[in-house]
Amino acid sequence: MNTAVRLNYSHPPARPDDLPDFSRIAIPEAGKYDVPPLDLKADASRHYAEGLIRIMDSESRAVGPWAERIEDVNPDQLRLGLRDMLRMRTVDKRLLNAQRQGKTSFYMQGIGEEAIGCGFQRQLQRGDMNFPTYRQQSLLVAADYPLENLMGQIYCNHADPIQGRQLPNMHSARDFGYFTISGNLGTQFVQSVGWAMACALRKCGKIAAGWIGDGATATNDFHSGMLSASVYQPPVILNVVNNQWAISTYTAVASGAGKTYATRALGYGIPALRVDGNDYLAVLAVSRWAIERARSGFGPVLIEWFTYRVAAHSTSDDPSAYRPKDEAKAWPLGDPIERLKSYLIRHGDWSEERHVQAEAEILEEVIQIQKAVEAQGTFVNPKPFSPSAFFRGVYADLPEHLRRQRQEMGY
Amino acid sequence: MPTMTMIEALRDAMDVMLGKDPNVIIFGEDVGYFGGVFRCTSGLQAKYGEERVFDTPINESAIVGLAVGMAAQGMKPCVEIQFADYVYPAYDQITQEAARIRHRSNEQFTCPLVIRMPTGGGIFGGQTHSQSPEALFTHVAGLKVVIPSTPYDAKGLLISAIEDPDPIVFLEPKRLYNGPFYGNHSGSSVGWSSHPAGNVPEGHYSIEIGKAVVRRPGTDITILAYGTMVFVAEAAVRATEIDAEIIDLRSLLPLDLEAIEASVRKTGRCLVVHEATRTSGFGAEVIAEIQQTCFWHLKAPILRVTGWDTPYPLAQEWDYFPSPERIARAITKTMEEA
Ligand SMILES: Cc1ncc(C[n+]2csc(CCOP(=O)(O)OP(=O)(O)O)c2C)c(N)n1
Repeated sequence: MNTAVRLNYSHPPARPDDLPDFSRIAIPEAGKYDVPPLDLKADASRHYAEGLIRIMDSESRAVGPWAERIEDVNPDQLRLGLRDMLRMRTVDKRLLNAQRQGKTSFYMQGIGEEAIGCGFQRQLQRGDMNFPTYRQQSLLVAADYPLENLMGQIYCNHADPIQGRQLPNMHSARDFGYFTISGNLGTQFVQSVGWAMACALRKCGKIAAGWIGDGATATNDFHSGMLSASVYQPPVILNVVNNQWAISTYTAVASGAGKTYATRALGYGIPALRVDGNDYLAVLAVSRWAIERARSGFGPVLIEWFTYRVAAHSTSDDPSAYRPKDEAKAWPLGDPIERLKSYLIRHGDWSEERHVQAEAEILEEVIQIQKAVEAQGTFVNPKPFSPSAFFRGVYADLPEHLRRQRQEMGY
Repeated sequence: MPTMTMIEALRDAMDVMLGKDPNVIIFGEDVGYFGGVFRCTSGLQAKYGEERVFDTPINESAIVGLAVGMAAQGMKPCVEIQFADYVYPAYDQITQEAARIRHRSNEQFTCPLVIRMPTGGGIFGGQTHSQSPEALFTHVAGLKVVIPSTPYDAKGLLISAIEDPDPIVFLEPKRLYNGPFYGNHSGSSVGWSSHPAGNVPEGHYSIEIGKAVVRRPGTDITILAYGTMVFVAEAAVRATEIDAEIIDLRSLLPLDLEAIEASVRKTGRCLVVHEATRTSGFGAEVIAEIQQTCFWHLKAPILRVTGWDTPYPLAQEWDYFPSPERIARAITKTMEEA
């Protein structure tokens, strides 16, 4: 009997009755990494892929070469970033409540991950296209997508630009650089590469950004996407949002014995960076670098955004069943809003009073919009679409068999 | 008018469209430099350059996934899956992505792409080079499914497919690539050059997707077939004294119900033939539609002749796909009903 051969099963360091334990996570000091040239090659990117790029230190100072690269970012832009994140969080809280009140079927929050989408989006140009997951609403908010539309989609009401055809959070907003979301994880990672290839072939100067969660890196199309990007070298940024959890499954089940998600790209010859996703300044700096690199024709790059999913996976999930209740509070990289707020305050560009005031203003704005949107229908106050609506747009033209079926339904 | 094989007609269609529309792009395994394992894209890369016609890794999900992204961006990809048997890794991209993007985005994004794939058996390809997966695609809202049986149709339908605003699964009966196949054991191949449908006009022409065609007019019984089985059915009819009407469906989704219903009302008898396995096959769909609309016109139960519900057997493929004899027996049986 050979007892040396055993399978490995990955477990998180702490379960509900344990104390949160993040001791496994190595956190390099802020400012440690230099800024690589735009034509960075995979081989030369290993230490970025294994490390963690951070700008803000524990004293709320911006330090190191990456900080220098965004010295031109002025306080107004940072206050805008703070506002984006506050709006996102307010929307999340309000809509979570609306779900609890039965006004919508389902909701998914991005609490704790706001800096990633908000910071990245502000560096993009019109015509660039994100292929997001359901947890990147922050990309929409920072694109100044009308909250009416965003909320209408959640309520599946007449303010919903896609007429109630999709699960809440699965938006579609072409003019805001937001590709129509699939519920099938991973499939869109490779589509983003195709879009970027089309941008290159049509010489339109635009780029694409693929987005995927750490859990979904296990899907085939994560690898299909990286291989395709490696072969054709299109202007695509491949983003992995590592928020430690895939519903109840700990991130190590997807990563296996791999070192970081970023290092996966190296085997494909794609350079990669790993970034503190809760550091708004680091997000800005690295996004800007990656976008400039893609636009300059240096090919794909992968970024692992290291963060933590603070809220439940969705309104159908109860994280207290699988992780310590206060694990989020122990997350060593802090909260992105608190960190940017402290940074701004330290530099005299913000204050506790202004913050309280801003929160109140945003809450008021969101409530007003929410009221107006809810008037157009919710689960408890339904104002349904005509069922004939879902027969439209299946094909460019209504085929005969669908016309017959619509008639059969009585419309 | 030049005579062409179906391979040449398909290549000609792609040639015409590459020349006409700069957004048309062709890719797949081996399709670039080499011109594909069936040589369907031969010479196109040399003529249009690598940016228009290129090779991909052996990753069907990527072939279609990339095409979805490109199509949504505004290109018109026409991709090749080397054999229909290898489409399954791309099934997700085709059925849940390409098919739905228009609908789920309320037409903000669309997905005009063509996925070509050689289908069907009869070339000693064994289990993994002989499958007929059409029913897996006709079950999917948002797709169109096309299958030509002649060089003339192949070119016109492929041009229409590339110009179509919706995603299309384009099945190419590989047994017909080089000539019509009458389902006899002799193995002697007949070329398209002696067949009227081998005459293919030069330049651009199109055939409307969703329209069937009457291959042989008749009054006694309607035989519905597509792809290779059109020719096997013709051979079967020649062996009987029956005046059968053979309809080549050409487009399975959308299906030309009007043409089918008109014919069945006229003949009062119907036989459906396909090479794919029987259970839940496309024949079941056609028969269900006919019995709903033509039941009172029917003089006999509708029969179907199909491949058997087994994996495709290499050494016994002649016993697997419908033969003229099996079809003839079914015709006779239908005719014997009062
Ligand atoms: C192909 C596929 N399998 C399973 C699911 C169900 N599912 C939805 S979200 C999810 C977890 C995803 O985790 P991760 O990728 O880490 O993203 P996160 O939710 O943490 O942002 C699963 C398994 C799905 N949507 N698609």
